[in-house]
Amino acid sequence: MGIFDYFRQPRQKSASVAKERLQIIVARERAARSGPDYLPAMQQELLQVIRKYVQVDDDAVQMNVDREGDCEVLELNITLPDDKE
Amino acid sequence: MARIVVITSGKGGVGKTTTSAAIATGLALRGHKTAVIDFDVGLRNLDLIMGCERRVVYDFVNVINGDANLKQALIRDKRVDNLYILPASQTRDKDALTQDGVERVLNELSEDFEYIVCDSPAGIERGALMAAYFADEAIVVTNPEVSSVRDSDRILGILASKTRRVEQGGEPIEGKLLLTRYSAERAERGEMLSIEDVGEILAIELLGVIPESQAVLNASNAGQPVVLDEESDAGQAYQDAVDRFLGEERPLRFVDVPKKGFFGRLFKG
Repeated sequence: MGIFDYFRQPRQKSASVAKERLQIIVARERAARSGPDYLPAMQQELLQVIRKYVQVDDDAVQMNVDREGDCEVLELNITLPDDKE
Repeated sequence: MARIVVITSGKGGVGKTTTSAAIATGLALRGHKTAVIDFDVGLRNLDLIMGCERRVVYDFVNVINGDANLKQALIRDKRVDNLYILPASQTRDKDALTQDGVERVLNELSEDFEYIVCDSPAGIERGALMAAYFADEAIVVTNPEVSSVRDSDRILGILASKTRRVEQGGEPIEGKLLLTRYSAERAERGEMLSIEDVGEILAIELLGVIPESQAVLNASNAGQPVVLDEESDAGQAYQDAVDRFLGEERPLRFVDVPKKGFFGRLFKG
């Protein structure tokens, strides 16, 4: 660190950005791995069904399996497009 | 019975072959009879890193297909006793590595060797799956960089589910982390993921940290496994990793930034 760096605005270091991004993506991919095998196929089929009625993005259907005690909860999130267009 | 160790990473170019050569050579230097196998069918490279490329006559696939026996295909290292190399085939037939064939070769090697080091290809295709399938232990080579860490996590998922041990109802093998191309200076400046960052994300035991080092390219230029360069930081870091692999305790080296004096801090970047 040179003498002039002391006066610069501190900004977020690139390593901490990297760490945050990794923590998010790794957690998501681990969740996908630990879910049942049929999840990706089911997600695709649901997407097709929804598209019969509404045009939605490829990532509009998000699925998650959570464990609560002995219970498995399938969480399904569908993002519909904005109406304004 | 030999211990089968897979050196894997998912991402290419992070140092799997360098590590395979270094770990296998390190084990042999400590008196353990060791074979190192190149699983990268199509792209043969371990022979170059080990410096025996001109002595390749038969390869892994020749042995699987029965065109040659193991004795004919194994190349004995000229520098280190107890060290043998089984080169990859350059065939373009990716299906040449059959599960039965690989199992037969590993079983035969197991009778004679203490350690079998499997140098996995990059990716998660057949070669990589075959290298990992029969493993008792895994060393996951990772660079402190986002894509490498993510791919390592993918590979840990495969190790947890797609090995013979798991399919036979046993405990999954635990991957050990080898962090390579690490720069303590850059990590301290916040420009590189630190050892703690990577450890926190992957949450596996740390086997070692290999510093970014000119010695690695020098070693590969010369076809000398870098552990044989005893003066070098990378060579010593690999030696420590081998000792830890064998259950000894070794403090981490080459992971701290040398402290600069007052003027050094003021005027040097």
